[in-house]
Amino acid sequence: MDDKVSSESNNVWVADAAAVSKLRVAPEKMQYILATDVGSTTTKARFFHKKDGVWRFLQAGESPTTVEAPYEDVTMGVRNAVAEVEELTGHSILTADGSGIMYPYDGNQGVDLYCTTSSAGGGLQMTVSGLMMNVTAMSANKAATGAGAIVMDIIALDDGRRDYQKIQRIRSMRPDMILAAGGTDGGAIDRIMETLELIKSSKPRPRLGEGFSLPLVYAGNSDAKDSVKEYMSDAFALEIVDNLRPSLEVEITEPARRAIHDLFMEHVMSHAPGYNNLMKWTDIDILPTPMGEGLAIQLIASNTGENTIGVGLGGATTNVYSIFDERFVRSVSANLGMSYSICNVLKEAGLDNILRWIPLDVDAKDIEDRLRNKMIRPTTIPQTLLELMIEQAVAREALRLGMEHHKSLATRLKGARGELKMTVFTSFSDDLAETYIDMLKIGVIAGTGGLLSHAPRRAQSLITLTDGFQPEGVTRLFQDSVFMMPHLGVLSTVYPEAAWQVFDKDCLIRLGTVIAPRGVSNSGTSVMSIELEMPNGETVTESVNMGELKRIPLSEEHTAKAIINPRGRFDVGMGEGKIFETEISGGVVGIVLDGRGRPLQLPESTEARNRALLDWWRALDLYPIDFDNPEVTEK
Amino acid sequence: MSEEAEGKVYAYTPGLKVTKSIKIRKDRILPLAGTVLVKEGDRVTFDTIVAQAFIPGEPEILNAAPKLNVLKPRLNEYMLKQVGDKIVEGEIIGQNIYFFGLMKKFLYAPFDGTLETISKYSGRVIVRGAPIPIDVKAYVPGTIVEVISNQGVIIETTASFIQGIFGIGGESFGEIHMITETENEPITEDMITSEHAGMVLVGGSIVTAEAMKKANEVGVVGIVTGGISSKDLTEFLGYEIGVAITGEEAINITVIATESFGEMPMAKHTFDMLKELEGQMASINGSTQIRAGVVRPEIMVPHLEEVEAVLSDENLDAGMTSGTRVRAIRAPYFGKLGKVFSLPKGLQQLETESKARVMEIEFDDGVIAIVPRANVELIVE
Repeated sequence: MDDKVSSESNNVWVADAAAVSKLRVAPEKMQYILATDVGSTTTKARFFHKKDGVWRFLQAGESPTTVEAPYEDVTMGVRNAVAEVEELTGHSILTADGSGIMYPYDGNQGVDLYCTTSSAGGGLQMTVSGLMMNVTAMSANKAATGAGAIVMDIIALDDGRRDYQKIQRIRSMRPDMILAAGGTDGGAIDRIMETLELIKSSKPRPRLGEGFSLPLVYAGNSDAKDSVKEYMSDAFALEIVDNLRPSLEVEITEPARRAIHDLFMEHVMSHAPGYNNLMKWTDIDILPTPMGEGLAIQLIASNTGENTIGVGLGGATTNVYSIFDERFVRSVSANLGMSYSICNVLKEAGLDNILRWIPLDVDAKDIEDRLRNKMIRPTTIPQTLLELMIEQAVAREALRLGMEHHKSLATRLKGARGELKMTVFTSFSDDLAETYIDMLKIGVIAGTGGLLSHAPRRAQSLITLTDGFQPEGVTRLFQDSVFMMPHLGVLSTVYPEAAWQVFDKDCLIRLGTVIAPRGVSNSGTSVMSIELEMPNGETVTESVNMGELKRIPLSEEHTAKAIINPRGRFDVGMGEGKIFETEISGGVVGIVLDGRGRPLQLPESTEARNRALLDWWRALDLYPIDFDNPEVTEK
Repeated sequence: MSEEAEGKVYAYTPGLKVTKSIKIRKDRILPLAGTVLVKEGDRVTFDTIVAQAFIPGEPEILNAAPKLNVLKPRLNEYMLKQVGDKIVEGEIIGQNIYFFGLMKKFLYAPFDGTLETISKYSGRVIVRGAPIPIDVKAYVPGTIVEVISNQGVIIETTASFIQGIFGIGGESFGEIHMITETENEPITEDMITSEHAGMVLVGGSIVTAEAMKKANEVGVVGIVTGGISSKDLTEFLGYEIGVAITGEEAINITVIATESFGEMPMAKHTFDMLKELEGQMASINGSTQIRAGVVRPEIMVPHLEEVEAVLSDENLDAGMTSGTRVRAIRAPYFGKLGKVFSLPKGLQQLETESKARVMEIEFDDGVIAIVPRANVELIVE
């Protein structure tokens, strides 16, 4: 399909010239950079230094975020996190009176640049509207999520709710901002005005800054601009931008995203406790955390040249990013997470789907209570192996659900005339919902978040990402070493070279490469054979049967020439049964030959499934247990 | 094992407050600007309305142009009422009489309120109902110590105060009644009778779904217990709770678990204190919010004794040192009480092979064990 999508700022590796011009120190002269992420619970400071011409990560400092009462000033948390960096490095960064950051580095103290991302207080929360759910409302949703927002609700004429229900919903929400789209240019304006009348009559109130006008971005039919201005400007901080869907075949989300970004700074951040001060500390705009994370994933895609999927598996949300054929899409599953939202994973996936990843005799009711206890005490960590296995089982399901959600957004433009095969039996949205993401063409999967970073064995991260996303063909897997993707993302807007150097040397852990042919067959039949020319000149050959998982060690600095021969209808990227000759990268886990089928086939019976899981775990030496007698007791 | 140099460390998870007598200042604030109905020094009781505000009434959208059979841009010419005018239910607010008076179309006001919009774009009329009052009640008896103009008040009271770990249902009040003999017994359906209407029932280790349903039916206002099972909670509510933001459930009862999910005897200290308070009136609130500004459920029993201690977050953030009372809040020692035995320096490897900062706890049964500091909460008694 040849739909046209906007140039979603896919050339992020080029610095933003306007932002660079405002810097106190030119990038090439910088020696020390401080970046923070003001998270909803923790403020994380990361300190970078240029040594021998190369930028490296120097030190981390963390402290609780202070956006809530009794503190209500985010700069306190930032100061505390930075003070930890100061203590650990002996390098002074804060001014003596604590009122800000010392600029520039004077040969002894201070930094040349300070930048930050923020998701404190729940990040940027938006409501979006459009006329048709699958057309303009969906484009508005993409624009908002692409700008780093959590979308609280999507209002559309055909969303299945009556007017009074929509009004009640809008009244009950306290968004930071509204994005209203609707209609193609040249179309009738009355239906757009109906939607806006609905929004205005609901009198929505902003979450922060009681008494201030709620920001509203209008990005609908351009012919309605004057009417919108006349009708809406008395009640909202109105910003009118170009239509994000000027015709059914074209989607241009960039102007709306920029407007969201500007209003986020001007109206939302300025009303959040302490942000006025924080904005004075920074040289460049504060970005929402997911936007920083998205920029970092784009940096990986641009530097590897591969279609890439990235994931931020957090305590409260799961953010999935894809760069596929240069199209960038971000999705936020606002209620899928590993601590605060762990029970939402339980609710959406179902207990059985979580239990299917644990090959042990466990009490289902007990597992359910354990997950609820994690929800109410979210900062606790697994002490026993069983607890670790439970969390990693939940993570697989959170990733699976997050990816399903993402694919529902990463779709071809719905409503495009060229695609519609309208008959009396097909509705507007039918069968156009399929995603354009082809897992066989994804070359890189990168993950970040506490569960992945804290996994005691890297193979656990690799298999969690593999089981959750089910990569097909040949896919490299990366993870964040210490949580710093948002930091490097915001840094990349003004100094992409520094960001990538830190990324490459200190942030990205190369887990390895997974080779997983697409297709399924009967258990025990041959899936593929592989011939690897190892760095020492030795040739390793291996064959994989259906249901098998094997590992070949190959360290991260090495590659191996490979001839992959998929059997029968199995496909590794060249077509069914076609040989693929390629170069395979190693990693801390190595090369994983995954013959479990795509879609992944888990045996139906509990006994067979448990046996299979233990065989796979043994191949990866996943946990310190006896895989033949896997009793995990809690003393 | 060497101790931390500073000798005191801070709990990652603040402990839950359980205290017999403490001065509490309770903010009672309107969600939007309004009128405060009491003044400084006033004594208030549980259900005194202390502040009131009005939110704009519900709007209704009338598809006027087609109803009156007029063109959308000309709708205004056919309206008898204009923007800002008061309207009365059943009143004609727009009319179109045409064809020599033979054809008549009318637009009626659906309720008492105000006409808000006449849209020349959509041909619709928006009318708004009368403002809806929002009352803020005192919830705790006490004295008004501060009036925040147009917003609300601060009430000061002395009370026994117990924080729970998780709850459902909002603010309520009723007489405390112990329904189990000990902290180890579950609350079951057969224990609850119609005599318990209006009461806050306090029991031991768990409450079953059937017991919650029965209590809800007979008019019990609250249940306080040690644990609650996830399955029972889902069965009682009819849906699964995904994120821990509660308090707005459509139920008439407030249920509070003081310890955890799953069966867990109520901490003896808490149980004994509630036993002493039996027969007194308690304010309870099940509202729980784990994320962004933690809110825990609470049980308050106001009394007249004078006390020195004042409830504040700082009390909960007190440091830990050898001998501090703590509770393990995760497997394998989940729920066990003990005291800090030592605070080893640096990171230690756990069974999972992860490395974490830990502490040694001497549990009440004499067993000494290593527990990650993240898995411990302070017991404030």
